[in-house]
Amino acid sequence: MNILSVIVQRLGLGILTVLIVSILVFVGTEILPGDVAYAILGQGATPELVANIQERLGLDEPAHLRYLAWLGELLRGDLGTSLANGAILNDVIGERIGNTVLLAAVTAAIAVPLSVVLGLIASTRPDSAIDRLISTSTLALISVPDFLIAVLLVSLFAVQLGWLPAIANLNRVDGFLEYARVLALPVTALSFTVMAHMARMTRSAVLNVLTSSPIEMAILKGVPKWRIILVHALPNAIAPIINVIALNLAYLITGIVVIESMFNFPGIGRLMVEGVTTRDIPLVQAAAMIFCSTYVVLNLAADIISLIANPRVRHPK
Amino acid sequence: MTGNVIDVKNLSVDAIAKRGERTPIVQDISFSVAPGRVVALIGESGSGKTTISLACLGYTRPGCAFKGGEILLDGTDVLQLDLVGRQQVRGVDISYVAQSAAASFNSALSINRQVTEIPQIRNLMSREDATRKAAALYGELDLPSPETIGRRYPHQVSGGQLQRLMAAMAMMCSPKLLILDEPTTALDVTTQIEVLQAFKNLVRENQTSAIYVSHDLAVVAQIADEILVLKDGRMVEYGPTETIITVPREDYTRQLIAAAHVMPEEVKQRTSRGEKGSHLLSVNGVSAGYGRQREVAALLDVSLDVRAAETVGVMGESGSGKSTLGRVISGLMTPWQGEVLLRGRPLAASLKQRTRDELREVQIVFQMADVALNPRHVVEKILGRPLAFYFGADRRAIEKRVGELLELVGLDPAFARRFPRELSGGQKQRVNLARALAADPQLIICDEITSALDTVVAEAILDLLVSLQDRLNVAYIFISHDISTIARIADRVAVMRDGEIVEAGPTAEVLQPPHHDYTDLLLRSVPDLKVGWLETVMEHRRQTGQQAAGN
Repeated sequence: MNILSVIVQRLGLGILTVLIVSILVFVGTEILPGDVAYAILGQGATPELVANIQERLGLDEPAHLRYLAWLGELLRGDLGTSLANGAILNDVIGERIGNTVLLAAVTAAIAVPLSVVLGLIASTRPDSAIDRLISTSTLALISVPDFLIAVLLVSLFAVQLGWLPAIANLNRVDGFLEYARVLALPVTALSFTVMAHMARMTRSAVLNVLTSSPIEMAILKGVPKWRIILVHALPNAIAPIINVIALNLAYLITGIVVIESMFNFPGIGRLMVEGVTTRDIPLVQAAAMIFCSTYVVLNLAADIISLIANPRVRHPK
Repeated sequence: MTGNVIDVKNLSVDAIAKRGERTPIVQDISFSVAPGRVVALIGESGSGKTTISLACLGYTRPGCAFKGGEILLDGTDVLQLDLVGRQQVRGVDISYVAQSAAASFNSALSINRQVTEIPQIRNLMSREDATRKAAALYGELDLPSPETIGRRYPHQVSGGQLQRLMAAMAMMCSPKLLILDEPTTALDVTTQIEVLQAFKNLVRENQTSAIYVSHDLAVVAQIADEILVLKDGRMVEYGPTETIITVPREDYTRQLIAAAHVMPEEVKQRTSRGEKGSHLLSVNGVSAGYGRQREVAALLDVSLDVRAAETVGVMGESGSGKSTLGRVISGLMTPWQGEVLLRGRPLAASLKQRTRDELREVQIVFQMADVALNPRHVVEKILGRPLAFYFGADRRAIEKRVGELLELVGLDPAFARRFPRELSGGQKQRVNLARALAADPQLIICDEITSALDTVVAEAILDLLVSLQDRLNVAYIFISHDISTIARIADRVAVMRDGEIVEAGPTAEVLQPPHHDYTDLLLRSVPDLKVGWLETVMEHRRQTGQQAAGN
């Protein structure tokens, strides 16, 4: 099959997935317990006042009509208005999204190369001391939930040692060093969980390739070890590695919600959690759609890259 | 200095288990290769021949280690060199051609990139020079379009071509010693002799010494000056080729010679077991292939009849459509047109539409028992599944029947508790066969079931098939590329080429002259255990203009 048609097909599937996700997000937020009217008015609200508010916010219409209206606005790039305070969501989210992207990008920029290198080191010396060290420490890190890691980091570096701030307040931050200080703990906490996974998968992908016949052939024809890994093994391991990187970046997105809340970091993850507490449905929906679309796009990218990485696809008969 | 290119002295290699116990793989091996000579290492799988050839490069597979001995390359002991020293020797002084070039070429790199890598990283040639030298070698090895073939990727050329490309890779630095590890075993017979001839010319013209590893005595006889016979990691016999094949001293060598390809015309026709049964299966005008738009045809208007309790051999080279035929009959593949009849009743085209009884009556056994048996199931579970599926057998019935089935295929009933990895290749194939028998079938399609086995083991499987047929009256469709195997077992033969049956009839008639042209080519391509046979065949090919199917 033609590679272009495969890519077009994958893109189509990606769009379909986002569409299905939008239904799930909508239904999910519909069945959230609690009501925004009560949330606004408080528990003592009279039924008349509640009905009034519901009508004003358009909550009395049938669900499918509201879904279509919401989807239509979404497609036009309009995220809607906050139910809680009437703010334009495009502005609210636009203000915060930069912070989240910064956090994710810094984490990815540190975690991806580091974990690939760790995985490569472990794979070249299987069952050696360094391999066991990497394997056990990554296994331990996978087993610990990210919020616990965050708590441990804070209690050590912020409370005990007092080196770093426990709260990531970006308001009065200026200059690279300041940013680094503020971001240090959230980035470390986020990195740990994804790195562990990526390093382990890189190790097993490369190890798998290193025990294959082409690599034995390369050894037998006298290729030096570093060259075997970089020139002979890596191109064959690239597809699984890219896949696991993309998956972990996607996982990073979910971790961001937790870590932002933990550190009071002003990103859309925390915004979403705030939206849930105030029953601000449009805000939750908008944030959820952003996270989900990123997830789908990352997976799509992994699919397409590993497709292109396959020599049989790139060089058809 | 002995004047030899390589002197192997008292070489021993051990396998090391996880807990550090050592088991010897090869022990006390000594031989020498003089300049321009070819020494063959011959033996069955497990004889240690590959271990020895790898040891000459100072390499052992993971889990193995050198125990002792010397490997003197021009007087330097390779085993005393450090890793970097060994890397300097490999590819330049000694080079290696692996058994399966298809598996050993790196699919992510272009052919030239791999072929010209070593002279470039050793700074022996510039990229341009290396590419030029490679093209010259491609030409020398009769590869098509030598100037451009190197720009392709491994999956874009055929298996026979890859094997020659690998030989070119090995010759890039004009090594003193070339190690060829079963370089033609994975090839079709007609391709094999062309590659063999190409290797022979290469070695002769470049005055290269070579170690040629093979299990096939007839192939070795064409190229080797001396033969070293190995068994269980020890030397059995070592001497000039002519002496070994004409006046062998050891019993084991005689066994190998007996098991080596017997020429089809020498095969005794199977004594007919009386009248063959009634009509069992008919394949009528079947065409099949691959691709949504039916781009690739694998079978073209094929018709075949099988009677009860007889063996029909389907013979052909890779790509001839013989396996596709098996897949269509078994329902694994839906034909484009034509039909398959079982006792006159048409079988549904696809597996899903066949009744349980129809499924039961036609069973298939594949070449790779390793892949066909679930590695996480014990034998009892493997055999129990068809018993439960077809007969609804309960636990006790399964236990009893599994024991019977294992005895039927010549295995101890105690094997029921074993996992496939605890079985040898021959035993796995027996279990594979027992699984087909568990369904109590009328017809078993045997797809190259002996091709992955050593000659002696394969022989035993063939004997088993015959005795099972005598006892159970089961019919076989025996698919194989190996003419002597087919000749030994089949009552009737169909010869396939490019998806068509080119000749069919009773085995004796098909394999006796006069032949169809293609059958003739196939028969002539089976190596004969005679020195000089290769030259005679190539001469015949030149005169008659016969060409291998692959080219």
